[in-house]
Amino acid sequence: MEGNASTPELATLDLPTRIELSAALLALDPWGLGGAVIRAPRHDLAEAFVARVAALLPVGTPMRRLPLSIPDDRLLGGLDLAMTLALGRPVAERGLLATLDGGVLVVPAAERVGAGLAARLTQMMDTGTVPSRAPGARDLATARVCLLAVDEADVDEEPVHPALADRLTFRVDLDASPLIELFRADDIAAALRMLPEVSVSDVNLATLVSTADMFGVESLRAVRAAVRVARGCAALDGRRVVEAQDLATAAALVLGPRATRLPAPPAEPENSAEEPPPPPPSDEQQDNSDDAEDTDVRELEERIIEAMQATLPMGLSIEPPKRAPKSGSATGRSGADRSGGVRGRQVGTRRGDPRGGGRLDLVETLRAAAPWQPIRRAAAAHRAEAGTSPAAPRVLIQVRPDDFRVRKLFEPAGTTAIFVVDASGSSAVNRMAEAKGAVELLLAESYARRDEVGLIAFRGAQAEILLQPTRAIAAAKRALAALPGGGGTPLASAIDRAVELTMRARREGNDTVVVFLTDARANVARDGSGGREAAMRDALQSAKVLRAMEGTTLLIDTSPRASQLAQDVAAAMGARYVALPRTDARSIHAAVIGAR
Amino acid sequence: MPVAFPFSAIVGQEEMKRAILLTAVDPTIGGVLILGHRGTAKSTAVRALPALLPAMHVVRGCRYGCDPDAGNRRCDDCKAREAAGEKLKHDKHAVPVVDLPLGATEDRVVGALDLERALTRGEKAYEPGLLARANRGYLYVDEINLLEDHLVDLLLDVAATGENVVEREGISVRHPARFVLVGSGNPEEGDLRPQLLDRFGLSVEVTTTTDLDARVEVIKRRDAFDRDPEGFTAKWADADMEARKKIERARKKMEQLKVPDSILRAAAQLCSAVGTDGVRGELALLRGARALAAFDAAKAVTIDHLRTIAISALRHRLRRSVLDDVGSSVRVERAVTEVLGAA
Repeated sequence: MEGNASTPELATLDLPTRIELSAALLALDPWGLGGAVIRAPRHDLAEAFVARVAALLPVGTPMRRLPLSIPDDRLLGGLDLAMTLALGRPVAERGLLATLDGGVLVVPAAERVGAGLAARLTQMMDTGTVPSRAPGARDLATARVCLLAVDEADVDEEPVHPALADRLTFRVDLDASPLIELFRADDIAAALRMLPEVSVSDVNLATLVSTADMFGVESLRAVRAAVRVARGCAALDGRRVVEAQDLATAAALVLGPRATRLPAPPAEPENSAEEPPPPPPSDEQQDNSDDAEDTDVRELEERIIEAMQATLPMGLSIEPPKRAPKSGSATGRSGADRSGGVRGRQVGTRRGDPRGGGRLDLVETLRAAAPWQPIRRAAAAHRAEAGTSPAAPRVLIQVRPDDFRVRKLFEPAGTTAIFVVDASGSSAVNRMAEAKGAVELLLAESYARRDEVGLIAFRGAQAEILLQPTRAIAAAKRALAALPGGGGTPLASAIDRAVELTMRARREGNDTVVVFLTDARANVARDGSGGREAAMRDALQSAKVLRAMEGTTLLIDTSPRASQLAQDVAAAMGARYVALPRTDARSIHAAVIGAR
Repeated sequence: MPVAFPFSAIVGQEEMKRAILLTAVDPTIGGVLILGHRGTAKSTAVRALPALLPAMHVVRGCRYGCDPDAGNRRCDDCKAREAAGEKLKHDKHAVPVVDLPLGATEDRVVGALDLERALTRGEKAYEPGLLARANRGYLYVDEINLLEDHLVDLLLDVAATGENVVEREGISVRHPARFVLVGSGNPEEGDLRPQLLDRFGLSVEVTTTTDLDARVEVIKRRDAFDRDPEGFTAKWADADMEARKKIERARKKMEQLKVPDSILRAAAQLCSAVGTDGVRGELALLRGARALAAFDAAKAVTIDHLRTIAISALRHRLRRSVLDDVGSSVRVERAVTEVLGAA
């Protein structure tokens, strides 16, 4: 490969190289690439990456951190309340995004960014502008800001908001190894001059599109980002034309982490007997690969696929293609930030900023300001005399930000219903159909009540969260229908998962109802080993943790006749026990409704 | 100010583009609901509208963007100014497309007490909200399926009556708020309440195109736009201009277009065949078919227009169990073939 001495051999894309490349590309085209989701086992590692990007950016590029609780006025621009009150005339302040135009915003704990904040950020990313609330500003302010979203979530927590993640080009997964430095700021500056001239041939564009297709990357945004990355790679290498290695790098950095399936094996009929049938769109790939007799194109594709091996999501290279990759990410993140308490019945007032979403209680505000009036008037007169501030305008009553009182509203919390379904051999034989039927009825009812529904199934060695709490009932139904039966009864693990989901729902301010459908014949301990005694001991231990959470819990005994075992477990977890020796979906449904 | 990707350069997604254009011809069709996955040009289409649609005359100084020729339908401020003997001037503005982000407060949407004036000058004044900005244009809610129900309710109410009535904190204001609500979302991330679904005029399901050539074309155009936004937009200006003229012609033609009784009857039959409640379905069908006929410069509204618009106008109104997986589009198509005959 030709190119100047400072550029690395891009074909060897090990992790440190990929990380350094991502930093360099972000520094080269921050707004065009949108940004990155950064995951790291330790906080300082993520910080080191952010610092690396900062070191490569042109000198003077603004960089700031986003406080997640930022009010709209600070983010988008609005009224500077303190100054306005002090001066007695409206004083506008620019928002964080507008002041950062052309710069970089670091978003710590990005997994906590709720739908509201995410919507404001994506609007900025889509339009390059923010709607200012500053007085008299009907217009939009320009804001083209690159986001470095540091995802500090635990493995099993909700990931960064999908609308946001979709628009951020890179997934930077850091490990503990130190960052390497392949580029200097000068290289970036040189590449920046080159970048506008870099061209991509139509064949190369088509190759990226078909690669995305092969790996099940649906969003065309990702392909668009890959094109920009390829152009950036060429520019970093000092070339005006995008070549094969740029495509390979772009595919590895952008498409690989977004892959949802592996390419269908190139038409080898004897293979198809053991492989599960590839998902529908693959027809076109077959046609495509037939057409592409051109060995150049084939070689190119092979090279790209090879480069992508390293960045494919874990599990993808072993598991057969998944049908609905989206359902996993279809989380029940609530639409608007519920903690805001901006609606509901008033139960009092509290000190607060009315622009943060609270509703101003004018009377209480004035009452709070009243006792201070003589002092404030005297102070203002004194300042005016001393000449330290302009003569205060004739203000009837002097209000300070501290006086603001907003209404405290009571908003009934939402409910998260968590179904824990025993799919083990002992339960499955008789009860799976009834359990599924009952859960479907409950789902329909939850839909009407706008509850969130989560689903845990347990069989074999461990319990599994089939569905994170969501309001998308169709997803719940699909997850349920696909639930197989048979195997051991890992009851302890099931209760642990239920505790986990309960805690998460509570964090979002929801009440919880946990419904177990099981015969409670535990025979798999928490560590996955067999044995009834250990399994039962673990189960009772976990049950106590659930009990301590003090939510509504219900255990529906699905064994043929009421069992002491199930009653013991129910008692340990503080659950209402319902024996349903011979029953159908409707009576299970009735029992659950009765428990609420 | 960054330029928007031109409407005419959007590849495919014909049903979505048609639905949006028809609301430009006849805003009374009602809102448009766009459901589909990420990266399917939903936002791009909406954000292209200000550059595409004919500019509108706006009374200078009016906070609600009143139409100088609207007479009685103008806001109280305009009427008062005129009554006081002022000669109202007007300017040309692009049609507003206003984003309503998730988590917006009700104050922000409907408007509220102007804090700054209340506290610095002791005046009780009204600060208009997003609804005022969207008057005569479009209000866009991405991820509308995640918006709080009471806000969606409020939006649809205002959109239907064309007026925003504010009664809070001692303010009593009403102002015109005629806008087309465009909501988009990914149904896998949450459903919209059926009561709300019914109140959208048209609905569209967008999917990522699986046709490789089309996908390549999307990326090619996007790349060309990214490299040279101004040049690319200039290249598509003629196509956008043509669409704009078509809209202007269609708006004029709308008034003369009659809907024959046979079409009215067919629409009613169609609605009863798919079992929609109420008259909203019929209204959307008729208005949609008429706008389509006007857009196509047809002499009269025909069964073909009805057939073309039927799925968009009805698919979101079917009564179905929430757990029913059978696609609504399929059921409407079946009914269309049954009632109107095969195309």
